[in-house]
Amino acid sequence: MAELSSNLLYAAFILYLIATFLFGGSIKDKRGAEEKKQNKWAKLGIFVTIIGFAAQIGYFITRWIAAGHAPVSNLFEFTTFFGMMLVGAFILIYFLYKTPALGLFALPIALLIIAYASMFPTEISPLIPALQSDWLHIHVTTAAAGQSILAISFVTAIIYLIKFVDQTQSSKRTFWLEVIMFTLVCTIGFVIITSSFAAMDYKANFDWVDKKGAEVKQEFNLPALVGPNEGKLIETYRFEPLVDMPALINAKKLNTVLWSFGMGLVLYGLIRLIARKRVAALIKPIVKNVNLNLLDEISYRSVLIGFPIFTLGALIFAMIWAQVAWTRFWGWDPKEVWALVTWLFYAAFLHLRMSKGWQGEKSAWLAVIGFAIIMFNLIFVNLVIAGLHSYA
Amino acid sequence: MKEVKCDCGHVNPFGTKICGKCGMVLGNEKENQLIDMRYEGSARRSQTYKKTIIDKIWNFFSSVKVGVTLIVIALIASAIGTILPQEMYIPSTATPAEHYELEYGWFGRVYYELGFHNLYSSWWYLIIIGMLGISLLIASIDRFFPLYRSLKKQGVTRHDGFMKRQRIYGVTKLEEQDINLEEVKDRLKRQRYHIREENGHILAEKGRFSRWGPYVNHIGLIIFLIGALLRSVPGMYIDKVLWLREGERKEIPGTNGQYYLQNNEFTLEVYDKESEEDKQYSAAIDKTGTIAKTYQSDVTLYERKGETLPGEKVDLDKLKDYKIKVNEPLKHDHYALYQVDYKLDELSTMAFNLINKKTEEKYGSLKVDLNNPQKKYELKEGYSVDLISYFPDFEFDEKGEPRTISKIPNNPAFIFKMHTPDKPEGEVSFVAIKETVEPLGENTYKMAFNGVETQDVTALTVRKDLTLWILFTGGIIFMIGVVQGSYWNHRRIWIKRKDDEILLAGHTNKNWHGIKRDIKQAIESTSLSEPMDQLEEEKSSSKGEVLNG
Repeated sequence: MAELSSNLLYAAFILYLIATFLFGGSIKDKRGAEEKKQNKWAKLGIFVTIIGFAAQIGYFITRWIAAGHAPVSNLFEFTTFFGMMLVGAFILIYFLYKTPALGLFALPIALLIIAYASMFPTEISPLIPALQSDWLHIHVTTAAAGQSILAISFVTAIIYLIKFVDQTQSSKRTFWLEVIMFTLVCTIGFVIITSSFAAMDYKANFDWVDKKGAEVKQEFNLPALVGPNEGKLIETYRFEPLVDMPALINAKKLNTVLWSFGMGLVLYGLIRLIARKRVAALIKPIVKNVNLNLLDEISYRSVLIGFPIFTLGALIFAMIWAQVAWTRFWGWDPKEVWALVTWLFYAAFLHLRMSKGWQGEKSAWLAVIGFAIIMFNLIFVNLVIAGLHSYA
Repeated sequence: MKEVKCDCGHVNPFGTKICGKCGMVLGNEKENQLIDMRYEGSARRSQTYKKTIIDKIWNFFSSVKVGVTLIVIALIASAIGTILPQEMYIPSTATPAEHYELEYGWFGRVYYELGFHNLYSSWWYLIIIGMLGISLLIASIDRFFPLYRSLKKQGVTRHDGFMKRQRIYGVTKLEEQDINLEEVKDRLKRQRYHIREENGHILAEKGRFSRWGPYVNHIGLIIFLIGALLRSVPGMYIDKVLWLREGERKEIPGTNGQYYLQNNEFTLEVYDKESEEDKQYSAAIDKTGTIAKTYQSDVTLYERKGETLPGEKVDLDKLKDYKIKVNEPLKHDHYALYQVDYKLDELSTMAFNLINKKTEEKYGSLKVDLNNPQKKYELKEGYSVDLISYFPDFEFDEKGEPRTISKIPNNPAFIFKMHTPDKPEGEVSFVAIKETVEPLGENTYKMAFNGVETQDVTALTVRKDLTLWILFTGGIIFMIGVVQGSYWNHRRIWIKRKDDEILLAGHTNKNWHGIKRDIKQAIESTSLSEPMDQLEEEKSSSKGEVLNG
């Protein structure tokens, strides 16, 4: 069952990839130029996306059966589920607005998220007592659904900005847009580098001294550019760290960040070198036919749809469960605080939009920041800030 | 203050920008610009009165700009509090002042000095949240009543200027033929629009109730904040911890002696990869090691019978047996008992034999209950042992005197006085784990260690929170309001019949795509021409210039 499950996830991944190209074709096709008239590429694209989505639901169900609990209990499972919900949200929005260009951007982002998820341990893990509750799947699935619908507003915002920002001269706008592009490229870099060394089964073990002065062992799965405090490499024929980090800093995580960043720089540099223009400028022709007003409206609409669901899942259900499991509905745990930060941010977004008329470009930049906060909560809070939620 | 009388005869309150009935622009907005339809151009207190100090306070809190600023400040402050763990999450044995510097260096010290280790209960954080609450209340009152009045009083026949300056606007010239609007009306009705007619003019409206969504959700939030505030009222909230050994029965703290709890057994279960049930987790167990499956306390709840004076023995009624697990607290009479911690294998008894050091002959044995030791233990005829001193958690202080650190028997030590027929005065012996000292000279007898018994201890949180239902009500009202405001749209379509033309205008508070689709469907195959989106017109024409240039 577990094997069937991972095969289904793999199939979904491939199908999303194919669908991306189909949506690409629908944009190139001249008949796709007029909005709202779907050409056959787009129809095929959404069809393949739906099959992929069904395959991923198959993965979810079979893994649920295999594990005996909803597969949303560790970082791999949650992030994969988030990717799935993003595709689901895209399908929903697609049927509301019939915009193939959205697929061309939403699917690669979902692919990136799923690929990123697979870099974490994928074993089926048992539930610790605190997680043994029906609220696990109620709270986590609703929160992820809300976040993924909010993420759609990021996808449309990206398309909006790529089309809107003037690439003929460099400005603050082009700079920040490139920062977004670079971040996406770094994620690709992370996936490539982690999976390559995992395929080679690279292991470098260190004996090192932690901040309490105790001797500890640590395994690196990437060549250590930076090593742990007073680290001694155990194996021979392994890359010797260029520099040791002080004990306060987690050298392994920093090393992964450095590798992803470096790989991102290489990839990004190559693209710039070959294309001789900004990445956003490179993509710009693809979106020349999209209607900015429509994008702006989809972006706003997805915040409107996502915000109540997010509130329900990430705050209200979360509080109910916290009251049952942790004796208090709110405890200022970092994950809780960042859910509140996300909520406050989108509340500010809605007020600015409704009362201050922040539409179009301003609203698009806000949607990007909102997504950054969601990702920060997903990745950084789990991996870096220790708290009750860091079960990964 | 003077009221404003519109040309149509409607009397509007002072400060009105758009006539509530016909929509004529009363303010001095520029012509040829789309009307600002926010709050229907009604007279809001904050926009009208700006003189007294009360006006100024009112206007400050009713401003969205101030509201958003407060949200952003709260957001940043909350985020700062997560950079380092809050004081409640650092080990309880650590001294905060030292801990932050020790763990996080100079940054930790600065963080601590600024009080960020207790950020969420700091006075300034509470002030921000309080101001946010006031802003919610005032901004809602400022907008709701004028908006409600003008939507209630709105007329069907609208001023031409109002129509023309709507974002969605179209004119159909009537040539020879007349257009029958019945078909359009029917279609709009089928789309669930409410139709009002006046002299052949039409107002089709739907989803007006979605306009109240923001005010409903603000009420929910205010109720929630009030609930959070009430927590500090005595009696509303109890948070205690109860450590209970197996077999032990204690008064539940915070219940004024009304309830007692007995711990019958504590169980810790871990996942077992060998078992049929858990074998799918074997890979994960191999990787992480032991993973806990259950923490469970089997308890019995008792209630005190009648009133008892202090010192008097209490009569208890058994209420129920319950298995408390994480996620399954025991609830009774507003109290809830949660499984939060445990301690395995705490020493409970320690047994000794009284022996002759030389002959090793036994003269009887005794067992000390470490949580409730006796003063004197009678052995066989002529032999007895006095427990002169007991140190449950023993250490030597700076002067070399024995003392106890706590009442928990982590490292018990005893001073015994052994009475025997040949030493009736008794010999004194100091006994600790793996250590015997004879402070008053060489003894003939000794207390020889003869085994221990252990027991598990469970820790339960005792919680009473009478604010929960208020918070829950606030949460539900917020959800209703936010769904009402987000998932429905307030759409209006005005059709005005003139001598030789028909004007059509549309307005929605959001989702323009939707209203355009509605209009398109309603007028399809009639000779009414499809209205324009004037905003889109503007944009695409200016866009064109950029592209050409």
